[in-house]
Amino acid sequence: MISVEDVSLHFGGIKAVDGTSFTIKQGSVTGLIGPNGAGKTTLFNVIAGVYAPTSGHIILNGEDVTGLKPHELFDKGLLRTFQIAHEFSSLTVRENLMMVPANQAGESLMSAWFRRDAVAAQDAAIRDKAAEVMDFLKLSHLANEQARNLSGGQKKLLELGRTMMVDAKVVLLDEVGAGVNRTLLKEIGDTILRLRDERGYTFCMIEHDMDFISRLCDPVIVMAEGRVLTQGTPDEVKANEDVIEAYLGTGLKNKLAAEPA
Amino acid sequence: MDTDTINAIVLFSNFILVPGMTYGAQLALGALGITLVFGVLRFANFAHGDMMAFGTMIVVMITWWFQSLGITIAPLPTALLALPLAIVISMSVTLLNDRMIFRYYRKKRSSPSTFVIASTGVMFVFNGIVRFIIGPDDQRFTDGERFIIKAREFKKMTGLDEGLSIKVSQGLTIVIAIILVAALFWFLQRTRTGKAMRAFSDNEDLALLSGIDPERVVAITWIITAALATIAGTLYGLDKSFKPFTYFQLLLPMFASAIVGGIGNPVGAIVGGFVIAFSEVIITYAYKKFLIYAVPPGWAPDGLMQLLSTDYKFAVSFMILVLVLLIRPTGIFKGKVI
Repeated sequence: MISVEDVSLHFGGIKAVDGTSFTIKQGSVTGLIGPNGAGKTTLFNVIAGVYAPTSGHIILNGEDVTGLKPHELFDKGLLRTFQIAHEFSSLTVRENLMMVPANQAGESLMSAWFRRDAVAAQDAAIRDKAAEVMDFLKLSHLANEQARNLSGGQKKLLELGRTMMVDAKVVLLDEVGAGVNRTLLKEIGDTILRLRDERGYTFCMIEHDMDFISRLCDPVIVMAEGRVLTQGTPDEVKANEDVIEAYLGTGLKNKLAAEPA
Repeated sequence: MDTDTINAIVLFSNFILVPGMTYGAQLALGALGITLVFGVLRFANFAHGDMMAFGTMIVVMITWWFQSLGITIAPLPTALLALPLAIVISMSVTLLNDRMIFRYYRKKRSSPSTFVIASTGVMFVFNGIVRFIIGPDDQRFTDGERFIIKAREFKKMTGLDEGLSIKVSQGLTIVIAIILVAALFWFLQRTRTGKAMRAFSDNEDLALLSGIDPERVVAITWIITAALATIAGTLYGLDKSFKPFTYFQLLLPMFASAIVGGIGNPVGAIVGGFVIAFSEVIITYAYKKFLIYAVPPGWAPDGLMQLLSTDYKFAVSFMILVLVLLIRPTGIFKGKVI
């Protein structure tokens, strides 16, 4: 689905990402973990098109998409969410969702004024889609609420909703669980699994919450110092000596081994 | 109500209400352009005043051309006929300007302060072009009927001592401003492009990751801004006269309007425009005559009762600006602060 091939990104002398390669398989929920400064978010930004890599390639469905801009990747079905949920705060939940699909007829100044019927028909179709998405996410009761009034967790659901508006193929989730309470976290996790099973989504997520990762992710890729340290199932990764060392340093490794997981 | 009170009210309307409304509408249209650029492109466009001057210059020249051909639409000023063509020209120039200058900095993801400095450069260039083409002097381009109501006719009609005069340019300014603002708000609230502009203004990162084409949003913002600037400039020119330097001077009250109302917020720009305009008019008006009518006989003041000379009118917007920034930096309606 996505292949990251020997990607590096250097900021001046700092090698934020240093020759990383891995693949994200179709229909998987791939977890990306690693200690702070491991280069996860930077790598995410490279995949999402925010930064062009210094070297290496990103292959999406066999097509080289290295260096494409975020909105160009959007057209190819690759979307991302943000660590701190982003929303159009002054637009309603429905308008937020309706904003997502590209190339709407109403976007052209001419047709907005002179082809009202065509615009209205397309608008109605997108409105139906938005209603269906809100139904799926159980956000229907908030349709006309301004997005700035949503709770943190609801904003994260809204972000997932945005990806559904265009039937995304791959979604990059940047710490979707950050700052979300347990109940809503479970709901977000359920939604992710439902999206994968019912709609054939592929996910790649950065996450810190080990329980959340164990529940959702397979495989898990561990990064440290800009490289891939190891990958495997959550259990394999948790048992991996190198991973524990990368997180805690050598001194603490033995101490942790003594404690129950 | 006795005659004195009515005279006082007429005097007030003639010298404060009507000019304040007109000037407020002109400032509001100017501030709307500034606020839109700030909201979508995220920088303070110092070139706005001179873009207004440029647009108005085109209107003036087309008006002269029409007048020489004998095409007029009396009793309305010919400038109205020249407006559509002039708007198209200044839209193209503005887009070209964006393509040649601002797009480069967008690509480089420059900081807002870089944009501001670039816009200052653009300001000087427009400033130079306008003076080069039409010169720095006052230009007259009004024609058609001058007054809706003349003071003398009003006096004759009502038998009052004080007259109320409303100029065609004042009536036009208010009517056109109302139509434009209604159209703009309909556009921003109802159309997909308008919503895309608001979305882009809310959260640029997210907009880039949605089906919003950033270059198109930017282009449409400039198109609307150019139209607003040209219309505001022309209305101001019809009302006063066209002199390039005045448009540069308008920059301060226009920015003050946008900031007072809450920069990035279109409603704020309109409210701010009227706040600044009325403050200026109210503070610089000489109340002597008004008070003669309003207070009991014998209390009439000897002095002019003017709080501030009109020479200092720009100080008013400056003072309000400073006060707002000290007390409520986000403006009346919460604008955005980068």
